[in-house]
Amino acid sequence: MLPCKDATQLISQSMDTSLPIVKRIRLRLHIRICEWCARYERQLLLIRKTLRRLDAAGDRPEGRAGETLSEDARERIKKSLRNP
Amino acid sequence: MSKAGPVDPSEWVDRYGDYLFRYAMLRLRDRSRAEDLVQETFLAALKERNSFSGDSSEGTWLVAILKHKIVDHFRRQSREVSLPDGGLPDSPGDEPFDANGHWTAGPAEWGGNPADLFRQKKFLEQLTKCLNALSPNLANAFTLREIDGADTKEICKVLRVTETNLWVILHRARARLRECLETHWLGRSPEEES
Repeated sequence: MLPCKDATQLISQSMDTSLPIVKRIRLRLHIRICEWCARYERQLLLIRKTLRRLDAAGDRPEGRAGETLSEDARERIKKSLRNP
Repeated sequence: MSKAGPVDPSEWVDRYGDYLFRYAMLRLRDRSRAEDLVQETFLAALKERNSFSGDSSEGTWLVAILKHKIVDHFRRQSREVSLPDGGLPDSPGDEPFDANGHWTAGPAEWGGNPADLFRQKKFLEQLTKCLNALSPNLANAFTLREIDGADTKEICKVLRVTETNLWVILHRARARLRECLETHWLGRSPEEES
């Protein structure tokens, strides 16, 4: 059976490229019987999904509230736009 | 982002400043650097105002400029990395596997509702810390791939690594980040977090 160490490498790679068929099958078989690697994959995909949702929330005022330009920076940027 | 018509540049900062800042902060995690790039973005936009086609919203146009500036920043940073191959020293001993490649301690079950993760301020704070703990090339590759969904070939050009190396870089970045999040935040149940 594919060692877990190799499986985690393939899990990561499968998030970036389409794995060759043999590797893909070995990985899927492994994940079906290995709860730890299955969990590992779920968590990596969750991190990705969470980051993309965080990014998408950046354009709404209620999204990621508190992360705003400081007053200093705001004034500095406005000034630089008046006298570019 | 509302699809309002173009506004006067003097109003840009109030209308788009915070949005651009959050966009930059998620990718750079450095307040002063993010503010600088937002300023550069507005100045570049001012210069090229006439080239704004109006096909997209003004906000989308400004983000596109900022995105270029961030990638340029990553490109410059990758040149400063002294190690070849994007800084990939062997990292023996810090992997959670035994000699046979089996988990020594498998991933923990993450408590709480994972779907709510992105609403948690603490998650973003911890993520920032964990990403900052990675070398710049690992963090930048991870950012381009996981947040921006950039094509791996494109990332290879920016960071000047081969595709095989990029897979190693991304694997390490993901593994370390996951472990860091688990250790410092996610592995604990919400009750312990108060």
